[in-house]
Amino acid sequence: MLVTLTVNGRSATVDVAADTPLLWVLRDVLNLKGTKFGCGVGQCGACTVHMRGRAVRSCQVLVSNAAGAEVLTIEGLSPTGAHPLQRAWEEIDVPECGYCQAGQIMTAAALLTVNPQPSDSDIDSAMNGNLCRCGTYLRIRQGIHRAATLMAADGSRRQPDVEAPDTTSEPAVPVSK
Amino acid sequence: MSITTLDRRAFLRTTAIAGGGVLFTVYLDPTSLFAQRGGQPPAPLDPDAFIRITPDGIVTIIAKNPEIGQGVKVTLPMLIAEELDVAWSDVRIEQGDLNSAYGPQIAGGSRAVPSNWTPMRQVGAAARATLVAAAAETWKVPAAHLRTSAGRVLDPETNRSLGYGEVATRAAAMPTPDPATVTLKDPKDYTIIGKPIPGVDNPAIVTGKPLYGIDFSLPGMLHAVYERCPVFGGTVTGANLDEIRRLPGVRHAFIVPNGPPNAAPFSGVAIVADSFWQAETARQQLRMTSDEGPGAADSSEAFARRAAELSTEAPARTLRTDGDVDAALSSAAKVVEAAYSYPFLAHAPLEPPNCTGHFQNGKLELWVGTQTPQNGVRDIARATGIPAENISLHLFRMGGGFGGRLYNNYVVEAAWIAREVGVPVQLRWTREDETQHELYRPGGFHYFKGGVDAKGSLVAWRDHFVTFGEGERFAASAAMGGTEFPARFVPNFLLGSSVMPLHVHTGAMRAPGSNALAFVLQSFLDELAHAGGRDPLEFQLELLGRAPVQGDGARGGLDAARMSAVLRLVGEKSGWAGRPKTSGRGLGIACYFSHSGYFAEVADVSVDDRKRIRVHKVWVAGDVGRQIINPLHAESQVQGGVIEGISHMMQEITIVKGGVVQSNFDDYPLLRMRHVPPAIETHWVMSDNDPTGLGEPMLPPILPAVANGIFAATGDRVRALPLSRHGYSWA
Repeated sequence: MLVTLTVNGRSATVDVAADTPLLWVLRDVLNLKGTKFGCGVGQCGACTVHMRGRAVRSCQVLVSNAAGAEVLTIEGLSPTGAHPLQRAWEEIDVPECGYCQAGQIMTAAALLTVNPQPSDSDIDSAMNGNLCRCGTYLRIRQGIHRAATLMAADGSRRQPDVEAPDTTSEPAVPVSK
Repeated sequence: MSITTLDRRAFLRTTAIAGGGVLFTVYLDPTSLFAQRGGQPPAPLDPDAFIRITPDGIVTIIAKNPEIGQGVKVTLPMLIAEELDVAWSDVRIEQGDLNSAYGPQIAGGSRAVPSNWTPMRQVGAAARATLVAAAAETWKVPAAHLRTSAGRVLDPETNRSLGYGEVATRAAAMPTPDPATVTLKDPKDYTIIGKPIPGVDNPAIVTGKPLYGIDFSLPGMLHAVYERCPVFGGTVTGANLDEIRRLPGVRHAFIVPNGPPNAAPFSGVAIVADSFWQAETARQQLRMTSDEGPGAADSSEAFARRAAELSTEAPARTLRTDGDVDAALSSAAKVVEAAYSYPFLAHAPLEPPNCTGHFQNGKLELWVGTQTPQNGVRDIARATGIPAENISLHLFRMGGGFGGRLYNNYVVEAAWIAREVGVPVQLRWTREDETQHELYRPGGFHYFKGGVDAKGSLVAWRDHFVTFGEGERFAASAAMGGTEFPARFVPNFLLGSSVMPLHVHTGAMRAPGSNALAFVLQSFLDELAHAGGRDPLEFQLELLGRAPVQGDGARGGLDAARMSAVLRLVGEKSGWAGRPKTSGRGLGIACYFSHSGYFAEVADVSVDDRKRIRVHKVWVAGDVGRQIINPLHAESQVQGGVIEGISHMMQEITIVKGGVVQSNFDDYPLLRMRHVPPAIETHWVMSDNDPTGLGEPMLPPILPAVANGIFAATGDRVRALPLSRHGYSWA
């Protein structure tokens, strides 16, 4: 079926089976390789993107359900790496192998949009769905705090890159047990 | 005491670059070969690295070894750049493809630092000397009068200077000194070694640029999935291939037979389609028949039953014996008997195995991340008959290795499929493929008897290790040596082994052997300390103080003084002596020596009334020699190794009817953010030894430190992993 969606601000029409996960449309059809495949069952968070302003696992979103939606991937967060999270990640040297980090950053970006100054416990809840096999968790936590500080400093100069979600009453990301 | 680990000699050659500049070609030669040849430099083959200096002063270092997240892409260039005396901001690093000219290209064993520490610095210093000589010739002054700083040659008398880029072309025509004869920097003058240098790929990682094998694609590329026989060693005999071929997008469906004995490809069905999702969708309709073979009898339950039977018999082999263990046990004041075990584990790198191949005109080209590219080519040649010289391989950064990419089964499968379809094709494993068809850390069983005397000193140790193998041969990564501590420190000691046949594929996983042995050996020592009424830290220090075994740390033997030092340091930093005795919370301590590194760790553990465990803090004391090369990556490796070790404690790969039960992260869990100790504190003992590697040795002691902490908190002794088997979970 033909599906039209907006990815990183650009309209794209793809012709794929309706049950194709958004992840494979992004990677294999639109050639956006930043969103990663880790598990295919919504357990690892490596495929996290923002859809309609909220962090979602793109392996769990059928493309037919993304029709007409605005999708933001790591490539669209800030292509130059200027987003506070990207700056913080480089400053703290968060990655080891680096494979999970796009998903970590996208989940963290959604968190900072609804909660610009998260506590450790806010971070733990929001980030608990993102696995890091190398074990960079302590630096991820530190990186989010650092990004919050950078964002506050940037605040007077520009708006956040991420569109605010339509409600703040629910957590921005699924919280797994 | 100073130990030198110079096991390779370095050589350097220069070549002019068209358009200006110089290319230094680096050769590292095992000192043993060098000696055999009577000290003659090697023939101009097998360079280990290239250093390119262009007229703009940019220094490009080609890294030949695979990068799996361990940071080797930064570590080795740091050594060269330091002695070359350039600004790190002028250094560029490029990943080399597989090239027979490079010599061995391997990531494994924490060997990169010990085997490159001296030769790579010598290479940098010899290249620097060549550039200085070129400047001296330009200025017609003696080279000895000149200095260097941040990529420039300085003449202190006249205050003039030349950038390396400006003298590079002239340097290409200069002779290079023997790297073994150059003077190395005084460590107090280091500007790069010991400084925090971030990963070179970080900008690409945080902006989502294609970096990994799975990110690669070619025009017209097809996508393959591969369904293997569910039983290890089994053979697929038939499948509904015609039906599969009619499904949307499917171009090919065929059976791949078993390869050479115990080597990939392992029999299965390949489905090749226009898109991955079409191939994966078609796979859901696949119906296979197979001849399961003797592997179908493998089961975790049967292994445990058989191990218990074997434990009542004498060990089939004696691996070490000292004194008279039976007599010592019968006269001991207290004897403890305990059965320990640990399960099979999967590597679970977050990037599932994948490989892209294109076979045309008899030649195969591959794009892949592998820890052992040369073995990959060898295995493909053996399995497919494509001659090795007709195979080329492009190396990619890997989304984790942990030993899982030491074995090239996915590469061989991709090669087989590529040869069959004749157009570019990418094979992707799903997480389920990886969890159920990789090469596992083998499980094992230890039946102990230990005795302490009236003063609580360890006098007897008996370990019947029941593992996997056949006759005298142990299954891959299922062996144990006779020198693991406390061997050599206990007067009456016996280590014996018995083996069970196994069809499940096994292999090395981060800190192979040690990642399981530390748990059983250090937990049982903790038991014996408590049985003798002794403090566990003081008990181990007394044991280590008994026999001053002066092992050559870098060559594999344990140095008791270095181990004692890290134990004392971790005791001091964690406040071990004054630790509070509270119900439900306690400190556990353990140490381990592996991969030339000495680590002692203390875990602060609490357990609530629902058996939920929280690790509040971990203190780590390590000794990997006199220099931490990159403190950023050293800290990352320590934190990552500790977190991985804690992860292992809740994981299990269960074998039923010759296949794996678990399938994905829902039943094979990795530690998550909420369960990670909020503080992991690292302290170094800077002993006067050449630096050694940090890929592995911090991992093993955390498992027994946490298990001993559970005992301190609750009085419950965990003798079998995973913890979930005893009703524990992470809080």
